Amino acid sequence: MPETFDKVTIQLKVNGKPHSASVEPRLLLVELLREAFDLTGTHVGCDTTYCGACTVLLNGASVKSCTMFAVQADGAEILTVEGLEKDGVLHPIQKAFGDSYGLQCGYCTPGLMLSTYQLVGENREPAEPEIRKAIAGNTCRCTGYQNIFKAIRLAAQNMKGA
Amino acid sequence: MLSQIGDDAKLLAGGQSLIPLMKLRLANPTHLVDLNFVPEAAYIKEDGRSLRFGALTRHAAIEKSELAARIPMLHDCAAGIADVQIRNRGTIGGSVAEADPSGDWAVVLLTLETQVHCLSPRGERAVPLAAFISDAYTTVLERDELLREIVVKPPEKGSGGAYLAFKRSAPVYPTASAAVNLVMEGDVCGDAAIVLGCVGLVPVKATQAEDALRGKKIDDKAVSSAMEAVRAAVDPQSDMRGSAEYKRTLAAGLVKRAIAAAMRRARGERVEVSHIYA
Repeated sequence: MPETFDKVTIQLKVNGKPHSASVEPRLLLVELLREAFDLTGTHVGCDTTYCGACTVLLNGASVKSCTMFAVQADGAEILTVEGLEKDGVLHPIQKAFGDSYGLQCGYCTPGLMLSTYQLVGENREPAEPEIRKAIAGNTCRCTGYQNIFKAIRLAAQNMKGA
Repeated sequence: MLSQIGDDAKLLAGGQSLIPLMKLRLANPTHLVDLNFVPEAAYIKEDGRSLRFGALTRHAAIEKSELAARIPMLHDCAAGIADVQIRNRGTIGGSVAEADPSGDWAVVLLTLETQVHCLSPRGERAVPLAAFISDAYTTVLERDELLREIVVKPPEKGSGGAYLAFKRSAPVYPTASAAVNLVMEGDVCGDAAIVLGCVGLVPVKATQAEDALRGKKIDDKAVSSAMEAVRAAVDPQSDMRGSAEYKRTLAAGLVKRAIAAAMRRARGERVEVSHIYA
């Protein structure tokens, strides 16, 4: 196994802005976001495709960014937690997590907010089982999830008509 | 291309199993060929009576497909695999070609008439799924061959099927899973297919459990004998997911629930079943 690899140039949009990077093919998408683009809101929790702290949207679909290579995002549009806020105004999902005390240590929160974004984008009136299913791939070790459910319901409510 | 780069090459589909395995150094391919940029490799099509799934079709696409939902157990499976993020990325072709003993798709598809279409420089061949998986993590794919398409024949009218899996949490593989497909003639079971997952090196076809139902009225007694036959057919390993005895009991219990759901579906009722987890 070689220790170094020829780099590949990729182009992608992150939070609406075009980016270009020269990356080793083995680099993970989460490493590209955090280390090359300094978007450290996307967290690495377990690095084993379990916890969902690294969740981002890839062309509108939530994925675990620790479980795909950066080169696979060539030509893609990525949304990270940094892309939720617009002109200094928090996204309704961010506001709802704050207002509902839907976070404690905050480590899982960016991933949970992006899973919420995916859910609420498809369903403005999610029922409890739908919320549970939507965030089943996001592990929180602090909250016990109850306030997260509240936050998601509040976010969906506040985004109705939007 | 595969014939040029040699033995240590791996095909990358959704990557939701292969990339974690590479991180653990359990897989160490010298070359990785990413199939995700192959155009038109993800589709669900109707072709005569059959449904054709492109190898790169994501679990999420099958979960949302009305066409696929014509065979309700396909929806049971697609909607319950792991979690949203993994379903957005993982593929049916990757799951079948990986032949993980804990994988979901092969268990479901083995209760139906399923052909795996394999493509190589020599052309395309269709292999019945039962012959495609030869051992744990092993298929009959040659090293220069890839899985192109999965073709599923919907069961005949009057039949019903269901897939149930039990797992400890959403993102993990099931502890045990069961697929049941019944052809009902009134109260009597004309034919039955029962396959269990996670309880052997390959999916286990419980032929004696099928015999316990075939040609009989499905009552408590028939279901009990099918459950007993399931306990005898499976060969689970004790591991962190549970003891072998626990898994035998679990597999039998899942079959009982799957039979009940399959019978209701055969009568035309709408029944929601999927993976069960805390």
